[in-house]
Parts: sequence; structure tokens; C-alpha cells
Amino acid sequence: MLTLEDIILAQGDFTLRAEVDLPSGGITALMGASGSGKSTLLAAIAGFLPVASGRMTIAGVDVTDLPPGDRPLSILFQDQNLFPHLTIAQNVGLGLRPDLRLTSEQGTARDAVLNKVGLAGLGGRRPAEVSGGQQSRAALARALLRGRPWLLLDEPFSALGPALRREMLTLLRDTARDEGQSVLMVTHAPEDAIAVADRTILISDGALEPPMATVDLFADPTPALRAYLG
Amino acid sequence: MGPRLGVIAAAVVAGALLLPLIAVAWRAEGWSGIDARDWGALWFTLWQSVVSATVSILLAIPVARALARRDFVGRGGVVLLLGAPFILPVIVAVLGLVAVFGRSGLVNGALDSLGLGPVSIYGWQGVILAHVFFNMPLATRLILQGWHAIPGERLRLAASLGFTATDTFRRLEWPMLRSVVPGIFLVIFLICTTSFAVALALGGGPGATTVELAIYQAFRFDFDLSRAALLGAIQLTLGATAALLSLRFALPSGFGAGQDRAVARWDSRTPLLRLQDAVAIGLACAFLLIPVGLVLADGVFAVFDLPATVWWAAFRSLVMALIAAALTTTIAFLMALAVVETRRGGWIDLVGSLSIAASPLVLGTGLFLILLPVANPVSLALPVTVFVNVVLALPFALRALIPAMRTLMADYGRLSASLGLSGWAWTRLIALPRLRGPIGFAAGLTAALSAGDLGVIALFGAPDRATLPLVLYQLMGSYRMEEAKAAALILVVLSLGLFWLFERGGRRADA
Repeated sequence: MLTLEDIILAQGDFTLRAEVDLPSGGITALMGASGSGKSTLLAAIAGFLPVASGRMTIAGVDVTDLPPGDRPLSILFQDQNLFPHLTIAQNVGLGLRPDLRLTSEQGTARDAVLNKVGLAGLGGRRPAEVSGGQQSRAALARALLRGRPWLLLDEPFSALGPALRREMLTLLRDTARDEGQSVLMVTHAPEDAIAVADRTILISDGALEPPMATVDLFADPTPALRAYLG
Repeated sequence: MGPRLGVIAAAVVAGALLLPLIAVAWRAEGWSGIDARDWGALWFTLWQSVVSATVSILLAIPVARALARRDFVGRGGVVLLLGAPFILPVIVAVLGLVAVFGRSGLVNGALDSLGLGPVSIYGWQGVILAHVFFNMPLATRLILQGWHAIPGERLRLAASLGFTATDTFRRLEWPMLRSVVPGIFLVIFLICTTSFAVALALGGGPGATTVELAIYQAFRFDFDLSRAALLGAIQLTLGATAALLSLRFALPSGFGAGQDRAVARWDSRTPLLRLQDAVAIGLACAFLLIPVGLVLADGVFAVFDLPATVWWAAFRSLVMALIAAALTTTIAFLMALAVVETRRGGWIDLVGSLSIAASPLVLGTGLFLILLPVANPVSLALPVTVFVNVVLALPFALRALIPAMRTLMADYGRLSASLGLSGWAWTRLIALPRLRGPIGFAAGLTAALSAGDLGVIALFGAPDRATLPLVLYQLMGSYRMEEAKAAALILVVLSLGLFWLFERGGRRADA
């Protein structure tokens, strides 16, 4: 369970109130118009943005003041998920040890994850030497390897074409299910939410709507969703 | 952790800058002790700086304009050449100017064959000549940045309206010059007010002594510490005033990118203008190349006959340059991290730029006054010199590192934080590889400036602790010109070589 209690985010004129209980397991989509604050909320949950007030807990533990690296979560950004001067294997290995001093078991675990996401044999290459889809796979592999209970994604794979993106979303859904990770995914594309999200939360007018099953939500859109879909 | 170390480093630098100044001010004992000689030094410092800056800029404008509107094979080489005097040891250039303009130099040889009397390079004219040698290229590079800042669209529009070169100058180039030249003037003025090595080698006497040189003389010849401190206070006031003035102008940064390409122009294709530009560029290159070329060419023959003392001095200079480079880059790295990562880090930036206005001789005098009660300052000559070199190179290192650090944090700060990358692991895996270029540049610049520095070491230096520039100066002073030229060759190889190695190392294999 990821709980936001009376959270208020403030950035200049912009404020966002968040009060929500997110059950563990499955994929939750966070949707909203651009500027609605969905990426801001994700940044706050990941620990990059201090909250103005309120409390957030993950599995009952207060994480409000924890530094980003200590929170029980991993995050995938829109881009810049890999360090260009490190190899794919090193980038993924950072998920186990930030100083990259891996034991041989850790090295084996890393190679297993690389296999799993379809990057077998590419570990020695730099990010610039593989395709965009393979870069996304490497970032996903690292998140899997870190094994944190939650995985946050900010408009994931948005740099990829439609077919590749759908492929990556499917890979994300399958691997997250296998590893038992809970996923919170910011997106502005309804088709992404429909494709993989069990639940969807809509942000509108500076507040969060309660999470709803994605199927039900799109079968019978709320006024806010209708406004967003246009 | 890192940012906190950076704040500490900045505080230490601020202390290291301020304590010697306080020592100087405290020892100066009021302004009543100023005599006519001191006023003379102040007056000379001011007017030669104004003249040096004016002449440098007036000569730089045609060269910059020629480089801005002409594309030719070797243009990149010329721009590179214009950057070289910045890291060329002052004393080597002085030796070169003596070879051209000195009593038995090229110019006097030519004048003699025409039956004209000899001109002397010693005195105010030599000081100004050397300042122009160093600052005309700097001014050219800075003004060239201004030229490149004129948008290409504006020049295309000018062409479509049928502007002649004169129209372009009046409507586009003159307004640009009016906005960039005051800042450049101030920078060069500032550099010339702290001139020591040039005045030491070519000036002296009543009409050609700068305040910095007067500090040295009070210190070295009269051993009058109060007078040295008083002169130090004058220099300090001068530097502070100029620094305050400089807050009103946007000071140009010396190493702008994007100078590698001339902009297409349609207004300057007449043969006359082509000739004018070719002459400007040719004269500038000759002015820079001939003096140094003469020294190096003559030096080759005597290199292997140099006494062991010269080689020892070269070794000392090399070690000091490496230590200064390591210290400066470490401090600059930590300070840049603190500027970017802490709120209200602006003061750290300010500390870094303040040392631009600090004068080496004032710092040296202050350190001497501080060290005197606890140790023999002369035995600490080399550490003190390294210390002053670090402080003086720091602003340049910061200018290279702060923007790069800002980019690194903007691009990968969150990613690093989300992976728990911090401390030494972050430094080793992320920061050092990503900041290789600016770190290499900062290290190279510091090493070159430190290896070629003839400042504080002249105050404290003893024969068994001399650096290569000091030995070179002493060889010149005893008219052992062949050996001086050979030592100059070693010094040039040392300082330009260190710069090249570090800078190259920073650029290699960048992903």
C-alpha cells in the first residue's frame, strides 16, 4: 500500500492536493492534462520534491523525508535513464551496488536480468551503440534488478514509436507481475492506460480523483475524464 | 557530503584571500607614509594600464573583424595562436620582445642600417609593448565573440538591403563594439594594473615602476615591510575599485566557444577590403610569432649545455605545476558542486571571482607577514608560491567547471539520486568521467600558469629554491642570453606541454 495523507505540493502559483490509498500489485496509471501536476506528484513520491505538508507512507513506513535512493521504489524517467559513458552492464549493475563493486553472484544476477529483457550479449555496449528500445529495456532491467517494491514511471517509453512502446509496456506488465512489483505510471495517452493499467487515477483541478478500475472508468467516463478526452 | 566540503573549501579560500589582505592593511599604519615615489608608482600603474588597454583594443578590432568575415585555410590555427599568449610564460615573451626590439635586436639592426638611432625597449614603452603583446590577442578573441554574436539573419538582411561594408559597420558592428568594448577594456585594465613580471624585466626606475614592482623593491632591496604593506594597501584599493567597477559591466569570459567559423558576408568582397584583412591578420601573427620563434630557435642550440641548476629548477617547476593543478581542480570541483547543489551558493561563486582582483604580490606580502612570527618564510617559498598559484588559477577553473557541473546535475542529478549514487562512488563513476573535459582544461590551465609564473617566487626565492621562470630572469639579468633562451625553450615546452597533455587527456574518449 502506498498512502498519501493530506499531501499538498506547491510550486509557485501551482498547488496540488493528494489524498489516496494505492493498493499494492498491478499497474496504476496516473492521467491528466499537461500541466495538471502528474509528473510533479511522481517527483514528490520519488523524493525529488519536498512536500509542503502531509505524509506519505509505503507499506506503513513513513517515507516523507527519506532521500530518493533510500525509498522502497525505483523510477524510470522520460529520458536520461542511462549514463552515456557507462556500458549497458554497468548501467544495470548500478541497481545492485552504486559503486559497481559487484560480487560474482551479483554479476550472474545482472546477466540473468539482461537475458530476461532480451539484452543478452549487449552488456558491453554503450547506450549510444544500441537502439532506443534496447535503452529502455536496459533501464527496465535495472529497475527489476533493484527489486524495490514499487516502480514509478514518468511517461515511459514516450521517445519510442507506437509499436515499440506497446511492446515495452507489455514487457513491463509481465516482468512487474513476475517480480511482484507494484507500478505507478504517469501517462497522457489513454491507450496506454487501457492497454496495461489495472487502475487509473485522474488528476484534474488541482486534486486527485479516487482510483478506479480502468475498464470501468473508460466504460463509463467521469465528467473529468470526458473533459480530458474531449 | 560533497557540497558541504565545497562550502568548507570556499570558506578556506575566502580566508586565504582575506587574511593576507588584513595582515597587509594592519601593517600599513595609515596613509601618511606615502611619499612621492609611491604616488609615482600609482600614477604609472594607472596610465600605462589605460594606454595598454586602449592600444590592445584598437589593434584588436581590425584583426577581429578580419577573422569574423574571412574564412581561410589556417583560420583555426590563427584563433588558436591568439589563445596561446594567455598560457605563455611572461618572461619568455619578454625575452622574445628583447630579441626583436632590444639593443641588438631585429628592429634596431634595421634602424641602424638606415642610419637611425637605436630605440630602447627598457622603460614605459617596453612595459606597454609587452602588455599589448599579451592583451591584443585576448582582446581579439573577446571582440571576435562579439562579432559572432551578431545574428546571421541580420547580416543576410543587411545584404538584401545592399549595405556596403561602411553601412554594416555603422548599423551592426559599431553598436556591438559599443556594448562589448567597455567590459573588455576593464578586464585588460585590471590585468595590467597587477603587472609585475613585465615591469620587473622591462620597467623599473622612476618613470616605469608599477605598484606591484614597488612592493617587490621595498621588500627585496630595502626590506621595509611597512612600506611594502602600505604599497600593498594601495594596490588593494586599486584592485577593489576596479572590481567594484566591473560589477557594472558584464565581463566577458575568456574562452567562448563557437569561434571556429566565419559568418558568410556579402559586403566585404572588394579587393581593397580583402587586402586590409590579410594585412591585419598577417601583422598580428608576425607580432606574436616572431619574438617567441626567435627565442626558441636560438634556444635549441644551448639546451644541452645548460648547467644542472637550470634542470633542477625545471624539475621544481614541474612538480609545483602538478601540485597546483591537482589542488586547484579539487577545490574548484568541490566549490562548483557547492554552487550548484546548495541554496544561496552565490557567495561561493563570488569568492571564486574575487581572486581575479587579488594581486599576487599583495598576497605574498601578507603571507610573509603572517608567517614571519612562526616560521622562516623564505624556507616556505615554494609552498607559498603554489598556494598563490592555486588562488589565482581558481577563477578560471571555476568558470570551466560551474557550467559543466550545472549541466551534469540537470541531466543526471535525479538519476544519480534515485540510484543512491553519492560520495566517492558518484565522483568516480559519474562526475569524473562526465566532467573530464572541463577538469582537463582547468588542470592544464593551472599547470601552465603555475609553471610560467614569475610573481611571489621573486619575493621569497633563494638560489637553491628557484623556479625555472626565476632562473630564466636571473640569466637574463646577467646577460647570459644563450642560456636564457635555452631555459625559455624548456619553460615553453613545460607549460604549453602540460596544458596540451591535460587538455588532450580531458578530451579523449568522451562519450
